[in-house]
Amino acid sequence: MNKLGENLVDIGYMDTLAAGDSPLHRLDPRAKIFTTFLFLVAVVSFNKYEVSALVPFFLYPVFLIFAGELPAGYLAGKILVVAPFAILVGIFNPVLDRQILFHIGSLGISGGWISFLSILMRFVLTVSAALALLSITGINSICEALARSGVPRPFVVQLLFLNRYIFSLTGESERMSRARSLRSCSHKAMNFGIFTQIAGHLLLRTFDRAERVYQAMLCRGFDGHIRVVRYSRIGRREIAFMLVWAVLFVVFRFVNISLILGQTVTGLLK
Amino acid sequence: MHMADALLSPAVGGAMWVVSGGLVAYSAKKVREEADDRKIPLMGVLGAFIFAAQMINFTIPGTGSSGHMGGGMILAILLGPYASFLVLASVLTVQALFFADGGLLALGCNIINMGFFTSFVAYPLIYKKIMGCGHDKKRLLLAATVAGVVGLQFGAFGVVLETVSSGISELPFKAFVLLMLPIHLAIGLVEGLVTSGVVSFVMAARPEILTAAAERTPLGVSVKSAVLGIAAAAVLIGVALSWFASANPDGLEWAMLRTYGKEELETKGKVHDLLASLQKKTAFLPDYDFKKVGTDPEAGTNTGEVKVEAAPVRKAAWPAVDVGTSVAGLVGGSLTLVMALLAGFGLKRRKVAS
Repeated sequence: MNKLGENLVDIGYMDTLAAGDSPLHRLDPRAKIFTTFLFLVAVVSFNKYEVSALVPFFLYPVFLIFAGELPAGYLAGKILVVAPFAILVGIFNPVLDRQILFHIGSLGISGGWISFLSILMRFVLTVSAALALLSITGINSICEALARSGVPRPFVVQLLFLNRYIFSLTGESERMSRARSLRSCSHKAMNFGIFTQIAGHLLLRTFDRAERVYQAMLCRGFDGHIRVVRYSRIGRREIAFMLVWAVLFVVFRFVNISLILGQTVTGLLK
Repeated sequence: MHMADALLSPAVGGAMWVVSGGLVAYSAKKVREEADDRKIPLMGVLGAFIFAAQMINFTIPGTGSSGHMGGGMILAILLGPYASFLVLASVLTVQALFFADGGLLALGCNIINMGFFTSFVAYPLIYKKIMGCGHDKKRLLLAATVAGVVGLQFGAFGVVLETVSSGISELPFKAFVLLMLPIHLAIGLVEGLVTSGVVSFVMAARPEILTAAAERTPLGVSVKSAVLGIAAAAVLIGVALSWFASANPDGLEWAMLRTYGKEELETKGKVHDLLASLQKKTAFLPDYDFKKVGTDPEAGTNTGEVKVEAAPVRKAAWPAVDVGTSVAGLVGGSLTLVMALLAGFGLKRRKVAS
C-alpha cells in the first residue's frame, strides 16, 4: 500500500473524530463552513511580507482543536505530510529576493526569508483550519450544509456516494494487489502491463458494483431524487459563533495586535 | 500539482472559485438533463475507483521508478465531459477536505487545473477528435497520450499562472514554467499510456461499456463565438484583477518589478495599452490607499515589519507602479482566457437549445 493508501485509512479516523460530541460538533455545519471561509480569506489577504499580523489568527484553529477535543499531535502530523509543495515553491523566495529589509544585530534579514516565513505561516493556518473543520463536522454534515446552501444536488449526491464507496473500492484494490504480490514472490514492483490489467479488472468490478447499487436503490423505492437528512438549524448559538469570530477576524486583519503588543512591551522596557 | 492556499491571493482564489462553481452548476444541470438514473451510482462508484486505482503503485516503463495513475481521462472517456467533470471535482473536494491536498480556497484553482482541462479541453477537443467512434487500439494509444499530455500541460500552466499572478511566491514566470512543464510532460506521457492500457482492456472485455460512451456527441464548439467570448471576458476580468492588484501594492507588481526589472515590463502591445488605459480609468482608488503604515513617516520605529514598509526599495519601485499593475492585469487576463472558454461554450449551448 502506498502513501495514498495510508492516507485513505485516515478517512476512517477523521470520521470517528467527527462523530464526537462537543458543543462545536453540535453547531450547524453551515456556521462552521462560513466562519472558516472568512478565516481563510482574511489570512490570505495579507501582503506577502506580513508575519506578525498573522500570528493572532492561530487563535481560530487552536480554538477549534481544543474546544472540539481533537488530537493536536495527529493533526500536526497530517499538516507535515502535505507541506512539501508550499515549501518547495516558497524556498525560492530567499534565493530570489535578497533585498535586506532590516538587521537583527549584525545579521541582515532579507525580504525573501520574511516572505518565506509568511508562506509557511499561511500554510499552517489554512491547512490546520481546514482539517479541524472536517474533524468537527464530518463529510456527511458538510454535504448536508452544501445541499442546504444551494450547491447543485448532483454534486452533493456525488460527494456522498464517493465518500460511501471509497472504503469498499480501496479495500478491493488492496486485496487485488496483495493477491498479486503473494503470487509473484521475487518481483516486488508491479510492472506496467500487470497494472493496466489489474486496474482494468478493478474498473469492471466497479461497473458491476454500480449496477448492483442501482438495483438495490430501486428495490428501496429510488425515484431519481436523493434526500439529504437535515439535522440542525441556525439558531442563537450559530449566530453568536459566526458574529464573534467575524468581528475578531476583522480586528486581526486591520489591527496588528502583535505589533501593538511588541511596541507596548519595548516601550515599557525603555 | 495541487495548488496551495498559502501561495494564493484572495483575488485569484476567489475568481477561480466563481468560475469552477459556475462550471459545477452547469455540469450538474447537464447531467440532470440527461436524466439517466443509472448514472448516479455509477458516477459515485467511479469516483471511488479513482482513489482505489491511485493506491496501486507500478513501475514506469523505461525508468524503473514507480508512480500511480491520475485517472481523469479514463473518467472522461467513460462518462463524457459533464459527468466526469463533476466526479473529478468531487474527488478533488475530498482530497482537499481529508488530506488537505491543496486547500479549501485553492479548490477552485485545482478544479480548473485538473478537472476543466481534462474534461472540457483534452477530452472533447483532442481525444474525441483523434479517436472518433472507432475501436482502433493504435488510435486509442495516440489519442490518449496526446490528450493526456495536453491536459496536464494546461493544468501545470494553470498552476504557474495562478501562482505568479497571486504574487506570494517570488518564482519568476519563465523559470516556473520551465520547471513545471517538462515534469508534467513526462507525467502526461505515463498517464496517456495508463489510460490507453486500461481502456483497451475494457474494450476487449466489455466493449458495450465503451460503445455507449463513444456514441455521445462531443461538445459543439464554434470558433467564432468562442474567440469573441474569450476576448470579452479576458478584458473584463483582467481589469477587475488589476484593480485588486492596484489596491494591494505589495503583491504582484512588486514581485514583477523584482523578477523582471523595468525594461522588460515596458514592452508595449495593443492589448497591453488597452489594459493600461482601462486600468487607469477604472482604478479610482489611489494605489497606496490600503497601506497605512508605510505612508506614516513616524511608523519606522522598532520592529522589522514596519521597516519592511519603509524600506528604500519601495521608493525606487514607486514610479513604475502603473506598468506593474497593468502587467498584473495582463497576467490575470490570460489566466481568465480559460474562464472565458467556458463562457463561449455556455453561449453556444444556449443557442443550440433555443
